[in-house]
Amino acid sequence: MSETSLYRVQTQTRASYSAGAVCIALIIVFILLPAFAGRGLIQDLFFIFTMLVLAQFWNLLAGYGGLVSVGQQAFVGMGAYAMFGGVILWGMDPVPAILLGGVAALIVAIPTAFFAFRLQGAYFAIGTWVIAEVMRLLVAQWKVLGGGTGTSLPRTATREMWATEWIQTTFDVRSAAARDILTYWLALALVIMTIAGIYWLLRTKRGLALAAVRDNVEAAKSVGVDAVRMKWLVYLVSAAGTGLTGALIYVQKVRISPDAAFSVTDWTAYVIFIVVIGGIGTIEGPILGVLIFFILQSLLADYGSWYLMVLGLIGIAVMLFAPRGLWGLISEKTGLQLFPVRRRLVVNAQSKTED
Amino acid sequence: MIWVDTIIQGVLLGGLYALFAAGLSLVFGIMRLVNLAHGDLIVFAAYLILLLVSLLGLSPFVAAVIAAPIMFGVGWALQRHVLNRVLGPDILPPLLVTFGLSVVLQNALLEGFSADSQRLSSGEITTASVQMLGLNLGVLPLLTFASAILVIVGLNQLFYRTELGRAFRATSDDAVTAGLMGIRPERIFATATAIAMLVVTLAALYLGMRANFDPNIGPARLIYAFEAVIIGGLGSLWGTLAGGIIIGVAQTVGAAINPEWQILAGHLAFLIVLLIKPRGLFPRAVD
Repeated sequence: MSETSLYRVQTQTRASYSAGAVCIALIIVFILLPAFAGRGLIQDLFFIFTMLVLAQFWNLLAGYGGLVSVGQQAFVGMGAYAMFGGVILWGMDPVPAILLGGVAALIVAIPTAFFAFRLQGAYFAIGTWVIAEVMRLLVAQWKVLGGGTGTSLPRTATREMWATEWIQTTFDVRSAAARDILTYWLALALVIMTIAGIYWLLRTKRGLALAAVRDNVEAAKSVGVDAVRMKWLVYLVSAAGTGLTGALIYVQKVRISPDAAFSVTDWTAYVIFIVVIGGIGTIEGPILGVLIFFILQSLLADYGSWYLMVLGLIGIAVMLFAPRGLWGLISEKTGLQLFPVRRRLVVNAQSKTED
Repeated sequence: MIWVDTIIQGVLLGGLYALFAAGLSLVFGIMRLVNLAHGDLIVFAAYLILLLVSLLGLSPFVAAVIAAPIMFGVGWALQRHVLNRVLGPDILPPLLVTFGLSVVLQNALLEGFSADSQRLSSGEITTASVQMLGLNLGVLPLLTFASAILVIVGLNQLFYRTELGRAFRATSDDAVTAGLMGIRPERIFATATAIAMLVVTLAALYLGMRANFDPNIGPARLIYAFEAVIIGGLGSLWGTLAGGIIIGVAQTVGAAINPEWQILAGHLAFLIVLLIKPRGLFPRAVD
């Protein structure tokens, strides 16, 4: 076929090559950071990383899958409680128990999806919320894990956690700080895997199918995309990822209660604002969003409820005046795409000379 | 006999939930908009009534009569200037805007009125009861239930007997064609939300007299209202009443077995209905 030699499909841009290089440099800096950064910075970065992962998964669900869920706290909570269950009931080490959190979230996501997919659009949103409430109320009945008041990880489990002893001696820090460094690294690994994984997914054939389903379900079906299967795929992937993150967050927090672990504000409202303000339907959006969110939180931390009010107002304003978010504005003005997924046909150099 | 009493209490509680849900059902029916701030608007109205009661020393009923036109205006302005801008085939913008509004309202109320529980005291009526069929029934729950029925009858009359109702139905079926016939959809939408806010005011009155409220209870009311609408089937106001009753009965029966199961039982009833009849018990609108 002569066409194949005339054109090739390309997604990379010059900006994305530089972005890739910057990313690698940043990752190296982040890995080495605990050697010279204070505990406060490490904790802040842990918060930013975990919120970013939650935001990326919600974005995958809503921005790419068109499934607007207000019930992602169900998976944060289930992941966290499964991790606690593994540690307290089975005597597992908290670090491998994080994986248990991901598995548990995946398992509860299957019946959840079965219910939630019966609802369309806006009703899906509140339906997922009801299911999260049901899980919160059920977990509050689980007396071994503290019931409604919650519980803490046993001291022995946190002190003897994998690798903390090595971190303690290497960085010359105390056990609590060593746990922060360990969870920070895990969060960093999770962020990298999440962004790389989602970017990879979007660039495969499945990603193309996903974008087609998002843009027009009927048209996508007519060219042979199995829309239902795509919905299941993003829902389960998001659930597992959110569950892993929930478990990791609570390894760092150590204390859990149903109200905190299934909080719609902490695990869904914040996440939605991060994605909306940054720019929904892009990988760059949540990254920008989480930075804005963190800056706002640092600036307004002393003003209590004013903070959430401002966040809500910014979210509304963005939705009204720049529905594609801040990253949408930037990328519209400059054409910049750091994680391009759009496939472009490029005329090959030799065929150009033939013309 | 105690079970009969429990179930009757549940039915009456269902009246309150139907009041929560009627406004939601109305707005959804006409413009396919789910207002995630609905519960917070109910709480907002309750605080408005509370403010009038404590500032002017009025009875809650009189205060609600004054609050109603204010809420009507709030609903009109909200729809006209904010929500109309985001209505469209994409469901994401209206969902996110109303979600943002919910968070803003909750925190504004928290800032203005603190997190303390409040209550609308209405004197004797709160505790008054009547003997009926050998049961002791509270006057307030009976009044709530009667109001719910009146609201539903009223809304149905409005829908099927008036010119405005015809415009509502026409816009609901096809806003563009309705526009060609001289109806201005954006005004119809604003009127619908404004009327929904009248129902919200009534719901707020009974919510505040029946139990304590604080700025954070809005989302839970939204969920009960939503469950009632879904159980009843979209577009059917009587279905919404039935849905409210099912949630109410499930909650009181659950609470009678174990106080911790009250809310859970309501949610489970919803999920069971959803499992058996995904489109609700009396579906009318196709969606």
